[in-house]
Amino acid sequence: MTDLLIVITVVLILVIIIQISKASEYVSVLKGKEKSVQQSDKVNAWLLILFLIFGLIGIYICQELLKGKLLPVAASVQGAAIDHMIIVTGIITAFVFFVTQILLFYFGFRYHNKPGRKAKYLPDNDPLEITWTAITALVMLVLTIFGLKEWFEITGPAPKNAMVVEVTGKQFAWLFRYPGKDGVLGRKDYKLIDPAKDNPLGQDWSDQANDDDVVSSGVMHLVVDRPVRLIINSQDVIHDVGMPYFRLKMDAMPGIPTTLWFTPTITTAQMIKKTGDPDFVYELACDQLCGQGHFTMRATIIVETQQQFNQWEASQESQYKIAMADLNPASTPDVKDTIGTKTSLPPSDSTKAKVAFAK
Amino acid sequence: MSNEMNNPHQEITHPQAVAIPVPTGHETQVAEGHGIHHHEPFITKYIFSQDHKMISKQFLITGIIWATIGGFFSVLFRLQLGFPNDHFMWLHTIFGNWAPNGQFTPEAYYGLVTMHGTIMLFFVLTAGMSGTFANLLIPLQLGARDMASPFMNMLSYWIFFIASVVMFSSLFVSTGPFSGGWTAYPPLSALKDASPGSGTGGDLWLIAVLLFFISQIFAGINYISTILNMRTKGMSMSRMPLTIWGLLVTAILGLLSFPVVITGLVLLFFDKHLGTSFYLNSIYISGHALPNVGGSPILYQHLFWFMGHPEVYIVILPAMGIASEVIAINCRKPIFGYRGMVTAFFAICILAFLVWAHHMFVTGMNPYLGAFFVLLTLLIAVPSAIKVFNWIGTMWKGNIHLSVPCLFVIGFVSAFISGGLTGIWMANSAIDLDIHDTYFIIAHFHLVMGVASILGMCAGVYHWYPKMFGRKMNNTLGYIHFWITLVGAYLIFWPMHYEGLAGMPRRYYDYAAWHTFAPFEGVNTFISVVAIVVFIAQILFLFNFFYSIFKGRKETDPNPWKANTLEWTTPIHPGHGNWIGEIPEVYRWPYDYSKNGIDFIPQNVPLGPEEEIEVAKENQPQPV
Repeated sequence: MTDLLIVITVVLILVIIIQISKASEYVSVLKGKEKSVQQSDKVNAWLLILFLIFGLIGIYICQELLKGKLLPVAASVQGAAIDHMIIVTGIITAFVFFVTQILLFYFGFRYHNKPGRKAKYLPDNDPLEITWTAITALVMLVLTIFGLKEWFEITGPAPKNAMVVEVTGKQFAWLFRYPGKDGVLGRKDYKLIDPAKDNPLGQDWSDQANDDDVVSSGVMHLVVDRPVRLIINSQDVIHDVGMPYFRLKMDAMPGIPTTLWFTPTITTAQMIKKTGDPDFVYELACDQLCGQGHFTMRATIIVETQQQFNQWEASQESQYKIAMADLNPASTPDVKDTIGTKTSLPPSDSTKAKVAFAK
Repeated sequence: MSNEMNNPHQEITHPQAVAIPVPTGHETQVAEGHGIHHHEPFITKYIFSQDHKMISKQFLITGIIWATIGGFFSVLFRLQLGFPNDHFMWLHTIFGNWAPNGQFTPEAYYGLVTMHGTIMLFFVLTAGMSGTFANLLIPLQLGARDMASPFMNMLSYWIFFIASVVMFSSLFVSTGPFSGGWTAYPPLSALKDASPGSGTGGDLWLIAVLLFFISQIFAGINYISTILNMRTKGMSMSRMPLTIWGLLVTAILGLLSFPVVITGLVLLFFDKHLGTSFYLNSIYISGHALPNVGGSPILYQHLFWFMGHPEVYIVILPAMGIASEVIAINCRKPIFGYRGMVTAFFAICILAFLVWAHHMFVTGMNPYLGAFFVLLTLLIAVPSAIKVFNWIGTMWKGNIHLSVPCLFVIGFVSAFISGGLTGIWMANSAIDLDIHDTYFIIAHFHLVMGVASILGMCAGVYHWYPKMFGRKMNNTLGYIHFWITLVGAYLIFWPMHYEGLAGMPRRYYDYAAWHTFAPFEGVNTFISVVAIVVFIAQILFLFNFFYSIFKGRKETDPNPWKANTLEWTTPIHPGHGNWIGEIPEVYRWPYDYSKNGIDFIPQNVPLGPEEEIEVAKENQPQPV
């Protein structure tokens, strides 16, 4: 019933606007073309200046209302550098924005059609045009140089002491693999993937480097102030590792591993204090449309001290052990039970995901 | 048809030195459409017409229908984003299984998002925009009887029409329309198992888009040949209106980039149905590993964006041309820096082909390759800035008639500035790492390319409406349409910058589960409400447009805007062939407004004695 009322109201408003507009058209015919044009030019000239003034006020209000919802300080070395670039670029573009918008709307107001006003015949002005072209080009070059400096630093080789985490995206979950004590990630092959046999990543058990690799799902553990190199994969379609608090992103491609390294600088505990939000959590979002569960593809990141990390890692069973227990349930039944609770791998396929978000 | 109609080229190859009388005022009421154009059967006049003006109207009306559908889809998915917890039972009534319980399913949501992008970009802003204004203006402003190949021109519309039918039918497939985003990245778009929409819906999408590209190639060949070969006597390239320059560069971009994406899409079709592995590599899906190895999903992205980036210029350049023309006429001033404008068009044309990989900064590309794309992308800001400065310069000390088209152009420039400046942010690859695929990008491209182009297109429709239909649109409705649209566009897209800076990813169905993005729920509701209002306001335009075709006030002035270009020298209802008698000859550039105290001097007016002296002076060798 309310739906119907809304529709009727909207239709009525439209009909009224249309009727008034028709009537005003007859009025303008009666008034004479010249006069009615001048009048509407005057009205619209004032509307232009009002739009400018209220627009500027609106920008201020929007800033005041929404700045509290923006992200807290960048939580990585690279993120801080990117924030710095955003501020510099923001100041330059804001300056150009205000100058050009104010001139645009002010000129529209100032020079609107009036009896007796003559337009100035001014086809061009070479020195002026060359000047503003050159200045624009120069500013762009400066921005390029600053930008590329950061770009090469971020995309350059990771420091030697960087820890390694392998991130794998699949519809619609994230898996993380840590190399364990040997510091080497074991071989894997997508044809060996078998979640039923506790081998969600397709690790090749004949490679001994796999023996101590720890696999976890949904939560990534990182060490504060220690560079981390992510090796990013996908099992099915393109995903993207988006980490807004670190200001970084990298696509996850099937068959083509990508890498990204950075240094987290603030632990989760420190961030909780900083933001005053006890529920604060670093979120990892998929940023590349990957199917109908795209929006559910969430993981969290825990940034902690080396000690806390070591403790956590020590408490984890390697995926190899889990899988072996699976293969020989008779010999080590108790191991399997304990592991089952520890590494709760998510349901793998879209059928399960569907259930999750069917409201 | 008369003999001269059968050979339009004759007019150009054997031009007569005598110009027809100049219709500078009311005294030259040229007989309307008699002589050239007798009773033509309905089917060749309105349906399979080879008259460029009719084809232009066909493109425009098809474009408007698509814009309505595409806009409506955006309202539908904004309902989900703005009111994620509400159930609208009428959605279930209309959309059935798309919206059980009155809420769209994620699959339907992604279908709507994908269709909105595809429809708006390809069917509205490419076919609708270029199709309308290139067809209407190229022959009329250059002094040609029709396009170089009227038959191919007709074919281009009808292939586009078939593309439209195929795309529309994909909405009714049981597995839903294609839902992998307008960019259709494989493997998502290649595998039915990855997304139900990539099944039949995806096939239909591919066929429709391929047909669309073919239709645009047909059209583009025609536009370019007509512009290069069929200009009337005296219409040198340097005397062409900027609308034509914009359309020429647009056609060149399309002709060089569409074949590349066609290749990409055909390979995608092979991957889907012939078992090839161009884009597929090491995929484990639905519980089994696919045999495909060795392909690269990045290859598709290169092929796609090689078209995809020029495409955004294909969308904006005609609007830039329209803006330049309309603003000069309404300011009663020559466009400021004509040569700068033409140079900027060409700079954009060349750079547009060298920036595509800035869409791929986060694909793990070689950083050195990325560096070139950063440099070239930032450099493309230079010609864009030149254009903005020139439009503002044109307004300076003008006598600005704030007509409906002029306001739309001011809105166009404003949106282009707002959206263009944020482009400088994301052009820097390091900043792009942060804001890539967030709402910041949505705000950027909607303002710079969506809103700006639509406003430019509206300016063109309001401006050339009297030429198309011989009637006027209602001015008051035009003003209301403009103000609601401009204010609404800013209210919708400005807050999205903040969402993007907070990292809010695009193409999410629901943000409730996210600690970081949930605080924006109120903002999303606000945006959705404004979007609905703006969409409803477009009904005023639709009414105005269609009502005025039949009932609008008749245009009595052959040159209602007091413009210089040749289209206003034709009768109010030009027949097929445009001019009765000789095609006018051109003696000057199209921007002689307020020159020597004269309000406007049309292009077909010979130089006065004073001007002859001026020209002679300019041409004299300078004393060393």
